[in-house]
Amino acid sequence: MTLEVLDRSQTETAAQAAPVRAKPQRLSIIDCDFHPTVKTIDELKPYLSKRWWERIQTYGLRPRHAFVNGDPYPKAAPRAARRDAWGPDGSQPGSDLAFTQQHYLDAYNVEYAMMAPLYPSGQADQDPDFTTAMVSAVNDWQLDAWAHQDRRLKASILVSYEDPQSSVAEIEKRAGDKSFSQVLLLTRTNEPLGRKRYWPIYEAAERHGLPVAMHVFGYSGFPVSGTGWPSYYLEETTGHSAACQSVVASLVLEGVFERFPDVKFINIEGGFGWLAALSWRLDKHWSRLRAEVPHLKRPPSEYLKEQLYITTQPMDEPETPRQLIDLMEQVGMDRLLFATDYPHWDFDDPARALPRGLTPEQTRAICSENARQLFRL
Amino acid sequence: MRASGAIDCDVHPNVPSMQALVPYLDPYWQEMVDVRGIETFENRSFPLMAPINARPEWRDGKGRAAESVERIQRELFDRWDPAIAICNCLYGVQMINDEHMAAAFATAVNRWIAAEWLDKEPRLRASIVVPVQNPELAVDEIERWAGDKRFVSVLVLVMGELPLGKSFHWPIYRAAEKHGLPICIHLGSSYRHPVTASGWPTYHVEDYVVQTQAFQAQTASLISHGVFQKFPKLKVVLAESGVTWLPTFLWRFSKGWRGLRIEVPWVDRSPLEIVRDHFRLTLQPFDAPQNPVEVARALDHLGSEDLLLYSSDYPHWQFDGDDLMPAGFSEELQRKIMVDNPLATYPRLGGTI
Repeated sequence: MTLEVLDRSQTETAAQAAPVRAKPQRLSIIDCDFHPTVKTIDELKPYLSKRWWERIQTYGLRPRHAFVNGDPYPKAAPRAARRDAWGPDGSQPGSDLAFTQQHYLDAYNVEYAMMAPLYPSGQADQDPDFTTAMVSAVNDWQLDAWAHQDRRLKASILVSYEDPQSSVAEIEKRAGDKSFSQVLLLTRTNEPLGRKRYWPIYEAAERHGLPVAMHVFGYSGFPVSGTGWPSYYLEETTGHSAACQSVVASLVLEGVFERFPDVKFINIEGGFGWLAALSWRLDKHWSRLRAEVPHLKRPPSEYLKEQLYITTQPMDEPETPRQLIDLMEQVGMDRLLFATDYPHWDFDDPARALPRGLTPEQTRAICSENARQLFRL
Repeated sequence: MRASGAIDCDVHPNVPSMQALVPYLDPYWQEMVDVRGIETFENRSFPLMAPINARPEWRDGKGRAAESVERIQRELFDRWDPAIAICNCLYGVQMINDEHMAAAFATAVNRWIAAEWLDKEPRLRASIVVPVQNPELAVDEIERWAGDKRFVSVLVLVMGELPLGKSFHWPIYRAAEKHGLPICIHLGSSYRHPVTASGWPTYHVEDYVVQTQAFQAQTASLISHGVFQKFPKLKVVLAESGVTWLPTFLWRFSKGWRGLRIEVPWVDRSPLEIVRDHFRLTLQPFDAPQNPVEVARALDHLGSEDLLLYSSDYPHWQFDGDDLMPAGFSEELQRKIMVDNPLATYPRLGGTI
């Protein structure tokens, strides 16, 4: 334990003396979770009809929770952001292209960044028609404000996932544009994501060879735990990982992987350490109860090994670096996708987040090569 | 493999029928059962005919299991020879919407356990079933049985109306701490909320698998709300919870705490430490793969030999044959799991074996 502390302080000192940024041959990363946002909602106005713009002006966004603005669980930092990520003009973190390029893309040697606009996005609103209009606006905005300005930035096809028909239309509209790299859903949906009502989305993704990414959050209207609403952000944020576990169980047990063998799924920002234990538990109880799910032809873990990718952030932090490598091996070095979550407060720095003891090949696989292959970059 | 001298911390007597409970209800509720035609409160989390809920050789001609003390004597005690087995009766008391009815049935179940099981088999102990819907009534129930040392813990389900850390439940913990009763949080839901954050799952296997997420939520809730600062002697047993989810959950939650402790300043040390001091988990279903590398890793990741408590989960079908103890556990660890850890967890067992 003492050594651990000493090591860390030496790294700090070294970093101050000779900034990591100046070193040649830095590792490049493909960041599978970057959150751009607008400086003000006015940026979306050109892409919205009068009706929906007025709806925003009158009622704002209406996700399924109690407050007109802000979060049901106030975060631990303004906009849940790194305190150094606010733009020079005071613009909110992740909203100023030039500052983001300098502070993030250049600073961390980001080769590509997968954009996941979370707010405002219109996803998880109480009115699915509003969501349909909003996600289309946000998809246009991703192109104009970001992807067409810097080729490192890859857009996501946001869809109105509670309305699969409109989701399919949005996927069809965007799929031909190589600026989009994935379909983006949130994890906390109205029904577990394996349910058949969502299958048209997977069918469309399969048709176009697009991965389906599922980012934590969303407002299903249901408590994050099966025992009701927690009190603290600490509980809620930990609960998002648990919510991901239910999503993965649903996808595999409903037979989504069996039915859509070519679709790759990506779980974003739920951590990854839990995946091995969940796979074991699924296999164990499936073996006893498989008569209930005859559509599964193989143990659940086999589907997960083939079709589920998972991002690293917020990096699991076991008690020893060796245990972190255990978790990575259990999940599979070829399944992990590095993510920073820039500009959010629990950002993972690629130079610091990975454990000592990975081989250079493993490091490259996690930081860029797995994503390069998955997204055919 | 026999487990002579072990303390089996999770066995499940099944209430055979409403008629079995009626004699233990107060007259008013006896009448209500009749007048209102209340047929059963069998718990949705444990449909008896699901393969997982009874080993085939323990089912009678109608598929029923664990309904009499003779059967547990023959099927469990004769086979593994434990010194003690702790009954956690999962009858659906904690699902009942009327809190007074829940209290009446909790009392009836406890009377039934005492008369039909504990009185007939001295190696049996039990958890007190409480109406968690109403902490005041739950405390009454704890006080009713606290003088009977055969009751060694307090039973709640992992999913109820509110997270267990909330101060609403604290009177239960005050009474439990006073009497040396751990809180046994057992798999199962009252279905006040969907089992997942995205609504109701489709299959029973899905419902069962994802219940570990509720164990995560309850552990986080109890710690975040400062229950162990308020009740420093309180112990929690997570029963039928599975095991391998714990380390990665704890690492994540402890990391979250390091970043967010401004929100819960009363939590004055890492959740990892709090869990190692206050939480225990029953062994079955042990959900690491049956290979020595992963079992060794699972034990290393748990990081403590004090955490696990021997359990058969009788009559549930969690393992095959006699090998209740997973391969790869050292002799010393087995001894701790079978005897030392349970004795340290249930103070009321002290001096009785």
